This record gives sequence, structure tokens and C-alpha cells, in this order.
Amino acid sequence: MTISNAVKTRAAELSRFFEDAGALPVQCDILQPAETLLELYGEDIRTRAYVTFDPARGEQMLRPDFTVPVVQMHMESGAEPARYTYAGEVFRRQEDHPERPSEYLQVGYEVFDRSAPAEADAEVFALFNAVLGPLGLRAATGDIGILTAVVSGLKTTQARRAALMRHIWRPRRFRALLDRFSGRTPLPETRAALLASDAPQDIGSPSIGLRSDAEIARRIQALRHDAAEPPISTEEIDLLDAVMAVRETCPFALENLRDLAVDLPAMRPAVDRFADRCAALQKRGVDVAALEFETTYGRTSMEYYDGFVFGFYAGHRPDLPPIASGGRYDALTRVLGRGTEIPAVGGVIRPHLVVELEGAQ
Amino acid sequence: MSLKLGVPSKGRLMEKTFDWFGARGVRLSRTGSDREYAGAVDGVEGVSLVLLSAGEIPRELAAGHIHLGVTGTDLVREKLVQWDQKVKPLAELGFGHADLILAVPACWVDVDTLDDLDAAAAAFRAQHGFRMRIATKYHRLIRDHLRQGGVADYQLVDSQGATEGTVKNLTAEAIADITSTGETLRANHLKILQDEPVLQSQATLFKSRVAQKSDAEMQALTDLTRKLGLDG
Repeated sequence: MTISNAVKTRAAELSRFFEDAGALPVQCDILQPAETLLELYGEDIRTRAYVTFDPARGEQMLRPDFTVPVVQMHMESGAEPARYTYAGEVFRRQEDHPERPSEYLQVGYEVFDRSAPAEADAEVFALFNAVLGPLGLRAATGDIGILTAVVSGLKTTQARRAALMRHIWRPRRFRALLDRFSGRTPLPETRAALLASDAPQDIGSPSIGLRSDAEIARRIQALRHDAAEPPISTEEIDLLDAVMAVRETCPFALENLRDLAVDLPAMRPAVDRFADRCAALQKRGVDVAALEFETTYGRTSMEYYDGFVFGFYAGHRPDLPPIASGGRYDALTRVLGRGTEIPAVGGVIRPHLVVELEGAQ
Repeated sequence: MSLKLGVPSKGRLMEKTFDWFGARGVRLSRTGSDREYAGAVDGVEGVSLVLLSAGEIPRELAAGHIHLGVTGTDLVREKLVQWDQKVKPLAELGFGHADLILAVPACWVDVDTLDDLDAAAAAFRAQHGFRMRIATKYHRLIRDHLRQGGVADYQLVDSQGATEGTVKNLTAEAIADITSTGETLRANHLKILQDEPVLQSQATLFKSRVAQKSDAEMQALTDLTRKLGLDG
């Protein structure tokens, strides 16, 4: 699929806009080692990215985005704080949307800065808001950090909190776990039988495979511990549901979350951060009073964003994916940095959609 | 040109397909030597027989190279992206029944549901440093199923045959495969997860939604479907 000159030119302009804002232009390889991306995103990335095989280098992936290679580059050699911009092709399989291009340009802006996360969040959003302003897009925002803060403060075992945290980005599994931990769904019969047995592993089947008898015994032990735990209280589940249901303009959402934080003290730092971000956005001229906020925005589609998230949509074109999107991904830098971490926030614009919308104006 | 009907080229699937058409007054037969993949259709005008491997029939239908084809639902769903826009099922033929299932070692007494599999996968990755391996040839169907079930920390490894042996051979921790009776699974000390099967498949007559048809081919299709008692 050929990318038109008009789109290339627009991409270069957008990238220059970010350069003028202080970003260093960077480039990344198109072929990325597949292993890193598979370890990060899991098997699902194969449905969205092109994987190819090289007998010498193993599986390679045509870069599905720039975030991972830019983070890697920064962690190896970057000075801090740093701001980067890039413009280049990304490659996506479009099984569910064959009408969308599978090769297109992305222009990005990424900020690595430890000093003031709320300021960095606001800086990124305000820049995107400014450069996309003439298109009259609808902006959506959220904050995954609020949900994780509530989960980390639940009055239950560390094992249950960890299980919920692992599935923050998979709403259905998250809900199933909550229902189980709160006693809303009964134990499956197979589990009840397992827990009732004195010698569950004496079933006469040979041990085969890498997962050892000891590992199986450990999980049975963990299940027994869990069965002895009291359920998560209805009160806490209701509070969590109330937090997840918040969907209003920023000032009302903030007020609502502050009220809920009275009963959920673990959430307070995350709500304070939301408040700081609103103030920082206001200072940068964003109309915060009209800005939408939804606690669970971006939860299904933006794995590894773990704080502020945003997207810009063309209201009259619901068929289009977001024209731009981004967020904070501190956790990603933690995983890629193997111990070291650098708070990071950024986003991308799809210039072919910008050109399409500009053409229609 | 004539209306092209694709049928599996060998084995029980071919014989049963011939029987199914025969019972409805359309006689399919192989012609020439046993090794030659040529066939004939009697009982309806303007239809020719194309003998193909069952695995190639979905692709040929989607490419519009054949107008009708008999193959398993599992193969159509695995091989075709947006399968329902490319082919239309006309009739389930009542044989070739098989379930696509997930199976784990029988000694995993703590794993009976997808929920358990997910928890075991998390612990396995923490213990062994890599994602739990599931051997299969049904990559798309299984990936989709596991995504909908919210299973993480697994990887699919390709296995085109003798999949049930991969666990014992330490090249996978679990498998996903087609089974009709579960006999081979039991013989290899595996058990099927208790959730609904990923897919219940049987031999099905499909119509290509993309193949071009001349007037004569259109007429042949009408005649054939009427004879088979289907509405095309």
C-alpha cells in the first residue's frame, strides 16, 4: 500500500511541530525481534502484527508501533529528561477491519521525565490538543492508575490483589475474578471436589510434562488458602464499581472520585494526581471544564498504559479509529528496563486520518 | 464452463460425501485410476467434480475457484478471515463430527477450566521463565478462544501432527486439537478441559460467496440444490 505524498508531507509537518516543542527526532528499525514484543503483549500481538521468520535471527516482527524500540533506545543511551519525536511506517494486520490500511505512518511524541508526572501528562495532551485543534475532534481521557490504586488497596490477600492486577486490561476476566473473590459466583464443582479430597494428586495418572507435581501441589495449597479467606465485602465491591462507573467532565469526575476516596484511602494519591493534572492542563489553556473523563477509558485496547490515557476521535466519523491516542506507560519501562524504570508518557497521531479529515473540511 | 463442486479427495470423508450425495440422487464417482484425481457427477447436468485435499477446500472456495465444497467447519473457521463473508454453509452432512478442545495432562488435578488454565499459566511463567506452551495447528481459533476467555501468559507452538505426544516429549505443556472420541488423548494421559469445546465441527457443504457464475452455472446450482433438497 503506497503512502501518498500528501500524507508524508503532513507527517513531516507534524513531526516538526513536536521538534519545535523541544523533541529530538529519532529513527527505529522496521524489523524488531519478535520475542520482546511477544513477551510484553502476549500471543495476541500475533493477530495485530506481522511476524516473519529468519533462520539466523529467529522470529522478527514488522514494527507494530514505536513505543517499545524508543523506550529501549532511551534506556540504553538516552539522557534525562528527554523528549523524542518520530515519523515512520507501522504495520498492522487488520483481520477485523479489512478496510483499514495495514501499512501507515505514525507520528509520535514521547516524554521521559521523572520530575513532575502531572506536568508531563498535561504537556503531551496540550500539544496534541493544539496541533489537532483545527479538526474539531472529540477528546476522551481516563486514568488506569485510579483503578490500579483501588485494587492495590482492597482488603483481601496479596494473591487476590495480584490476580486482579494481572487482569486489569481484560475486563471480562477481571469481573469473573471479582465475582469469585466476593463469593458472588459459587466454586465450580471440580474445585469443590479438589478441595474436599485428602489426597487429590493420588489419581493414578503418570506425571508428564514440565509442570511438576510440586508445582501442582503448590497451586492446590494456594487454592486451599484462598478457600479459607473471607470474601471481599459487598461494600468494597460496590465502591470499586462506583469508581469504574465514573464518566463525566473532568471537574465533576474529580469531585465524584474525591467523595469515593473518603472510603477508599488507597485511591487518594491517584486522585490527587488527577487533580494536579487537571490544574496543569488548565494552566496550558486546555478547556478542562468541557474535557471528558472516564475511569475505565482505554482499558481494553491500551495494555501497558497504566496512568493517564487519552484519545482524539472524529465525532462524525465513528467508523474511524482514534485520530490520535496515547498515555502514560511507566510499567512498560519497568519491564523493558529489567529493574530500572523511567516514568514515560507519549502519544501518536495517524497522519493519513488527519489528511482525510482535512480534505473533507 | 460447469459448476465446480470440491470434495475431499480420499478416505472416509470422500466416501461419506459420495454416500450423502448418492442418497439424494446425485452420484459422485472417481474416474480413471486410483491415483488420478478425476471424478464424475451423474444425476444433474452441468456440475463437475473437483477432488481436493479437505484442507485446501476453504481456500479454493474463498478464492472463487470452486462454487461449492465439502469440508469441516473447523477448517473454514481456522483458515478464512471473516469466513462468513466468503462462504455460506448450505447443509451439515451429519458425519465427520469432531470437537476442537483444549487438553492438559491428567495429572494436573488442579486444572479443569480456562480459569484454572490461566492461573496455572501465570504460575508456570513465574517458575520457568517462559510462557506456557500450547501445541496446536488451529492457531487462529485457539488464540481467539483464549483471548475471549481472558487467558494470558501462554504461547502457541505449531504442531501439524502427533500433537498428543508433545506434552510427554516436553515440547508443550498443553494441547489444542480435534478429537471425536478422546481415545488418543486418554492413551497419552491427557484430559479435556470441562468448558464447552472451542468449536463443534462436522462435514458441511459450503457455497462460495465470491465465485462468479455464468447463466448455465447458475442453472446448474439451482438444479443441484433442488435435487439435494436445499435452498441455495
